[in-house]
Amino acid sequence: MTNELIIDIIGSAALTLLALTIALTFIRLYKGPSLPDRVVALDILTTVGIAITAVYAVITDRPVILDVATILALISFLGTIAFAYYIDLRR
Amino acid sequence: MSYFNEFFGIIMMAAGVFFIVIAGVGLLRMPDMFLRMSTATKASTLGLGLILLGTAVYFWELGITSRAIATSVFVLLTAPVSAHMIGRAAYSDGVPLWEKTKQDDLKEYYESHHLVVPDETAVEQTTVSSTNKETDTPTS
Repeated sequence: MTNELIIDIIGSAALTLLALTIALTFIRLYKGPSLPDRVVALDILTTVGIAITAVYAVITDRPVILDVATILALISFLGTIAFAYYIDLRR
Repeated sequence: MSYFNEFFGIIMMAAGVFFIVIAGVGLLRMPDMFLRMSTATKASTLGLGLILLGTAVYFWELGITSRAIATSVFVLLTAPVSAHMIGRAAYSDGVPLWEKTKQDDLKEYYESHHLVVPDETAVEQTTVSSTNKETDTPTS
């Protein structure tokens, strides 16, 4: 079927672009002049991880993987809130 | 699971990936921590919402679609909250603004409510506490 071929091509291009975004985020995580820069970079890193999980679930036609995206969103929110609390407390 | 569901799901996913790449470029290129946080959070929230809605359209079944929409709504609710908390913590931590920043409303708020402006704390606390200690400067 040409339909599955088109989905494979677009999904592979999407995964490549998301990997490029992870590389850009790691550059910011390495360079970031202050601690909140690195926390924002980690937040975006987890967001790109959720996106990669969703795209992978579409490509491989296994919707069970979407549960991983939900749990990752929960843990990302809690981690960012904890980082903000401790940055506020550090002063 | 018809042809149109696959088509619109793939289109929404591609748009979401485009916005997430824009968020990554903005995270790398913006000159200031607050501008970086604003760009990255808004664009990545829009992109992730589009990707999850595209997944919900692609698998057009009740259980999977409701889970994907629930995850999307959760991300839309929590991303502004976490961005606000990080920005507030960074401002009170003394992260410098961009040098071309036109106005800083939070600084006027801090000064009018007799709070400590975080940029001058290292300079003013030594001079003020050594000269006149009787003027009550309430700590934040």
